[in-house]
Amino acid sequence: MLEETGPGCLSEALKTGTTIIGVEYDGGVVLGSDSRVSAGASVVNRVMNKLSPLHDKIYCALSGSAADAQTIAEVVNYQLDVHSMEIGEDPQVRSAATLVRNISYKYKEELSAHLIVAGWDRRDGGQVFATLNGLLTRQPFAVGGSGSSYVYGFVDAEYHRGMSKAQSQQFVVNTLALAMNRDGSSGGVAYVVTIDEHNTEEKVVLGNNLPTFFDQ
Amino acid sequence: MEKRSTDSQVKGVSTGTTILAAVYDGGVVIGSDSRASIGGDYVSSKTINKLIQVHDRIFACIAGSLADAQAVTKAAKSHLSFHSVQMETPPLVVAAASVLKELCYRNKEELQAGFITAGWDRKNGPQVYVVSLGGMLISQPVTIAGSGSTYIYGYVDAKYKPNMSREQCLQFATNALALAMGRDNVSGGVVHLVVITEEGVEHVVVPGDKLPRFHDE
Repeated sequence: MLEETGPGCLSEALKTGTTIIGVEYDGGVVLGSDSRVSAGASVVNRVMNKLSPLHDKIYCALSGSAADAQTIAEVVNYQLDVHSMEIGEDPQVRSAATLVRNISYKYKEELSAHLIVAGWDRRDGGQVFATLNGLLTRQPFAVGGSGSSYVYGFVDAEYHRGMSKAQSQQFVVNTLALAMNRDGSSGGVAYVVTIDEHNTEEKVVLGNNLPTFFDQ
Repeated sequence: MEKRSTDSQVKGVSTGTTILAAVYDGGVVIGSDSRASIGGDYVSSKTINKLIQVHDRIFACIAGSLADAQAVTKAAKSHLSFHSVQMETPPLVVAAASVLKELCYRNKEELQAGFITAGWDRKNGPQVYVVSLGGMLISQPVTIAGSGSTYIYGYVDAKYKPNMSREQCLQFATNALALAMGRDNVSGGVVHLVVITEEGVEHVVVPGDKLPRFHDE
């Protein structure tokens, strides 16, 4: 099955063909992602954490081209550091999302990455922002990546306002498990980050602990 | 979001669509939306019926090129009625599905149509079969197809349970189709459902204003 030699399979661009999701609940946010990085038909990294910190209480979820997404996250991480020193306090989630959007929009022809920015700040609590193609929109929840197509119906049906922290975490894990089952470019383990006023908790849900469905 | 379906490359009128069939305890529900479109730009029919009765207790629903699908189902209906006269018994659901599969497989270069066949027969009770574009035939307890089906894979995986009741299955099918119609711009209109059991066939239509609404509507 593997006819390519070493250099052959790396000539395909690295994509985090992926599933990412961010959900806001009363008091914080939950961000989730799968862990597969593919180059064509090969899985190059099966345990990549696509939830990247932009600041203490602001994370982003990476999708699209792995290089583009990581670079945007690193640049915004730096810009946010400078910004928070200038204002002398923790940055707002909207500021982080705006910085991401500015890069995505300015370089929209060259870049191919979609970042979901989510976090908690003192002013507006938990917030989730989508920055696809250079737009900036705050949403109660956002999904992205190749696997998200398969779960639009599920999230439309299952999301409701007023979910608790535990319900939001379960919603994120269920959505990731469903998408990982159907999307060839998503898989591995589920990374989940929960951010609220008091702490930022990173968790990994291993394959055997993911929810299963009627045909498994 | 890229659309993953060949419907977007179909020339002419296509049933860019969402179709679904599910087995429940005692019968099978088969359903579809009602939109026919030319590309993503023009809705050529808001009320097309994609549920074709190929025999007394066997229905097929169509996805892909409308012209191809109509031609294939017409040929299949006549094969099946001859077959059932020869055998002196109503055809098995798998026979109907196989007839469609043969037509799709033998003519795979020219055709662009896929089918879901669902029905009831005395030997195996309620069954669902899917014939995909190239002519593959498999049996599943629940199956979805068409361009809108991409968006409801997660929902169907999560919400389908074997041995549901008739009401639960109807609600499941209505919800799934409504969710797909909400996200796919080439699916829409009303929801057509057909319930097939040993006793007979019942057609249910859910008009647009009676469709379930979800959190952002």
